[in-house]
Amino acid sequence: MFVRIEPRPEPSRVMKYCSPLIAAVLMLISGLIIFTLLGKDPVQAFHAFFIEPIHDLYGIGELFIKAAPLMLIGTGLAIGFRANIWNIGAEGQMALGAIFGGYIAIIFHGSSSHFILPLMILCGAIGGILWAAIPALLKTVFNANEILVSLMLNYVALLLLEFLVHGPLRDPNGYGFPQSVLFSDSAMLPILIEGTRLHLGVLISIIGVGIGWVFLEKGFTGYQLQVAGLAQKAATYAGFKYKKLIWIGMLSGGITAGIAGALEIAGPIGQLLPSVSPGYGYAAIIVAFVGRLHPGGIFLSSLLMALLYLGGESGQMNLDLPSAVTGIFQGLLLFYLLAADFLIHYRLRLNSRQRENG
Amino acid sequence: MMLAKKHIFSVCILAACVLGLVLSASAAEKLKVGFVYISPIGDAGWTYQHNQGRLALEKNLGDKVETKYIEKVPEGPEAERVIRNLAKSGYDLIFTTSFGYMNPTLKVAKMFPKKYFEHCTGYKTAKNVGTYMCRYYQGRYLAGIIAGKMTKSNTLGYVAAFPIPEVIRGINAYTLGARSVNPAIKVKVIWVNSWFDPGKEREASEALIAQGADVITHHTDSTAPVLTAEEKGVYAIAYHSDMSKYGPKAQLTAVTHNYGKFYTKVAQSVLDHTWKPEAVWSGIKEGSIKLAPINPVVPKDVVALVEKTTKGIADGTFKPFHGPIKNQSGKLIVAAGKSLTDKDLLGMNYYVEGVQGSIPK
Amino acid sequence: MDFAIFIKILIAAVAAGTPFVYAALGELVTEKSGVLNLGVEGMMLVGAITGFIAMAKTGSLLLAVGCGMTAGMLMAAIFGVLTLTLMANQVASGLALTIFGIGLSAFLGLKYTSIALPGIPELPIPLLSDIPVLGKLFFSYDILVYGSLALLAIVSWFLYKTRAGLILRGVGEAPKSAHALGYNVVRIRYIAVLFGGAMAGLGGVYLSVAYTPVWVEGMVAGRGWVSLALVVFATWRPLRVLFGAYLFGAITIAQFHIQGLGIDIPSQLLSMLPYLATILVLVVISRDLTAIRLNSPASLGITYHPENQ
Repeated sequence: MFVRIEPRPEPSRVMKYCSPLIAAVLMLISGLIIFTLLGKDPVQAFHAFFIEPIHDLYGIGELFIKAAPLMLIGTGLAIGFRANIWNIGAEGQMALGAIFGGYIAIIFHGSSSHFILPLMILCGAIGGILWAAIPALLKTVFNANEILVSLMLNYVALLLLEFLVHGPLRDPNGYGFPQSVLFSDSAMLPILIEGTRLHLGVLISIIGVGIGWVFLEKGFTGYQLQVAGLAQKAATYAGFKYKKLIWIGMLSGGITAGIAGALEIAGPIGQLLPSVSPGYGYAAIIVAFVGRLHPGGIFLSSLLMALLYLGGESGQMNLDLPSAVTGIFQGLLLFYLLAADFLIHYRLRLNSRQRENG
Repeated sequence: MMLAKKHIFSVCILAACVLGLVLSASAAEKLKVGFVYISPIGDAGWTYQHNQGRLALEKNLGDKVETKYIEKVPEGPEAERVIRNLAKSGYDLIFTTSFGYMNPTLKVAKMFPKKYFEHCTGYKTAKNVGTYMCRYYQGRYLAGIIAGKMTKSNTLGYVAAFPIPEVIRGINAYTLGARSVNPAIKVKVIWVNSWFDPGKEREASEALIAQGADVITHHTDSTAPVLTAEEKGVYAIAYHSDMSKYGPKAQLTAVTHNYGKFYTKVAQSVLDHTWKPEAVWSGIKEGSIKLAPINPVVPKDVVALVEKTTKGIADGTFKPFHGPIKNQSGKLIVAAGKSLTDKDLLGMNYYVEGVQGSIPK
Repeated sequence: MDFAIFIKILIAAVAAGTPFVYAALGELVTEKSGVLNLGVEGMMLVGAITGFIAMAKTGSLLLAVGCGMTAGMLMAAIFGVLTLTLMANQVASGLALTIFGIGLSAFLGLKYTSIALPGIPELPIPLLSDIPVLGKLFFSYDILVYGSLALLAIVSWFLYKTRAGLILRGVGEAPKSAHALGYNVVRIRYIAVLFGGAMAGLGGVYLSVAYTPVWVEGMVAGRGWVSLALVVFATWRPLRVLFGAYLFGAITIAQFHIQGLGIDIPSQLLSMLPYLATILVLVVISRDLTAIRLNSPASLGITYHPENQ
């Protein structure tokens, strides 16, 4: 009669790999229902959503362009999340990265020096770090909740970017439209594969994920973070400085978000706009969790998240699916993935006659 | 067995090729036209009007065209992908309907030299990119005449989105129109820093009404200003679309955008192989800008004056930005007998006399 | 600025602040139980469209309110199943809920973009509303505004004067102890989460049925996020939520009035103020350990399940 939830003594290895499959199956079923209700052929719809966007090289390039900021930021955030340090301010930190990086591109406009690009990325990283340092500082000094501070700072950062692009950083010859000058070629990331938009930033992001993996899985600090996440007290007993871990956890998100911001403007955007991210900073949080805070998982989940975006566009183009369906689809898939993770740590018992003391 | 399979396979390929040929032959007759929209279509506003234009194009050219739109496309890198995918999927003519699509449109156009692109409100053309925009300000001037005659408080309210030349031009034309019939007019402007936020648009309208404005107009995308005017019992002049449904008593008229004729003309020119990259700026004369039916509360003589001015604008004998025009500090900026050129209008960044406040920097 | 305009700003601020009052009070109760639901924006949107559809179909405000609240609750139930039963991370689940809500509301509303509702009438309280100035300021709003005040009274009374409120706060403070005392932590948190969803839904209904009575995609326009900020700004005290909501409304509206008077201010910088103020408040209360202990739920955002301890 009752379903009982029981913790597994050890996380299930089988379920670790099965749970995404379970989520995928649930997704297929929901998709079947949604598409049938909309009067579309489900096979065609699935094809349009998941195959069509990546059936050629250009599409695969687009997938990676969209996934790059997600995987980079997701990895940075995961470092903090493992230690229960909740930086949800990546959206704002990304904006600061774009502002700092963009400022370099604007003041050196017209110069063809090779140092501009590295400088942009460096400054982007600094911008992200500075913005992430605020919640870290307030957390370590005043004990202020970092979730709420970093969330508030997102709005401040987005408004700051808007203000700058409408005012001081606006293109003086742009008829007053809110956008900066188009960056010179020296401030643009080179394209890796001719005929696609796949730029160097994607490679940098993948390398960033690799560094994150080494840091988390091979380094002692990664281990400390893990322990701190499981039990703050244990970490303190072991002599780890928890405050140091807070700084590392917050700034790792800041640096990746800042770099991602700089890469976006130096890559696909090519100028500063009032908004430089369609919510990558928030989506990266979900990507981090769906990837189970593991860089490898984050890499895959960022590709999945990117595919859902592209699928929405393709569904509109090929099947006249309303764009609203994309959001429903994304939400559902994320629900399933988050829910299926449960099976890794718990199992369901059907009988409950002899309820022990629970 | 293997052989048989291979055989069937090649037959299938052959069949597919033939089918493909037949299909592409029949498709070649149709011109595929793509539209990229910034927001959902909804029931009124900027994108709604573009979509009306698309529907008119379908109606006018019937079998000769096939259209498709992609809505809610953010400006920036997303737009580039969507435009490119349209071009790649066989759309020969693509309309991109928001300012922020300018650079993405140009980038894609470079990659697809055989396709035609039309970008709305931009200022950069290329070999296969034309631009188009309406002379929205002409309608604004006419609406200003009505507002100037109907106000009792001599205070007009203007809810505006962002201080770009297009919006400032509208504010100035409206003010000039109103002051041409009522020199005591003051125009109050509130910037809401959003193209679309019904809540803020309502709040800004309320603030204007509280400060004595009794005719509200807007350069934002929702119906909230008209709704608010209706609720508070003042007049409104709608923008983009006819919103009389949302304010049957309040709406005096609406400055509506009509792209149907233009879209039809461009598609036809592509069909006839006569398309040229142009910067088209059309207005009352071409039927791109129209006033919605004027509310019966507006007196006959005012309607007659509006009709006369409309005619003047249409046949070129009257220009809204015709001197003498003074700026806010009372300095003469356009001498009597002169009028502003299109280039002056495109970069307009000052208020004329009668507008209150200053343009946010 | 003369006095009459000042009064008008205050009146407008009350109307502008009302959706925040609903959503933030709901979120406050949720957070008091130790659960952080970042999906307020999504729940408000779904509430807004469901309420709008009900109003358009039946014309009954009661039904609109009921449907909006139910829809908000269903959304919250998804969140509850994920975070309370399946113990998924609260931050990620809340964000996913918002993404889902934006899509779902847009989808439900596809056929309802072309309808204008008449709005709901103001309900001046007889006699009292005739008092010059004060009457207009205090006694001439629509019923949903009065409803939000009643909600404030109920929430304050519940949290601080009833045993159930004490238990709820206990669950947010120290779930382990509450469990040891024999309370069903998960069930109590479910109720709090559902209440939060219902109130967010109602806040949405206010927007789509009373404030700007049309449906347009994304019409909540970030108010859900502001509500989250307000709960912190109010240091988890109901009366301060009301104050914060009206203050936020007043700042927005005053900013428009200042513009209308022709005074130039960089509006983006002004718009930052509420968020900066919230951070400041957070720092001040967090520094003082007694204040934070008194107000902020200690287990906020931390997943809890009795089997896992």
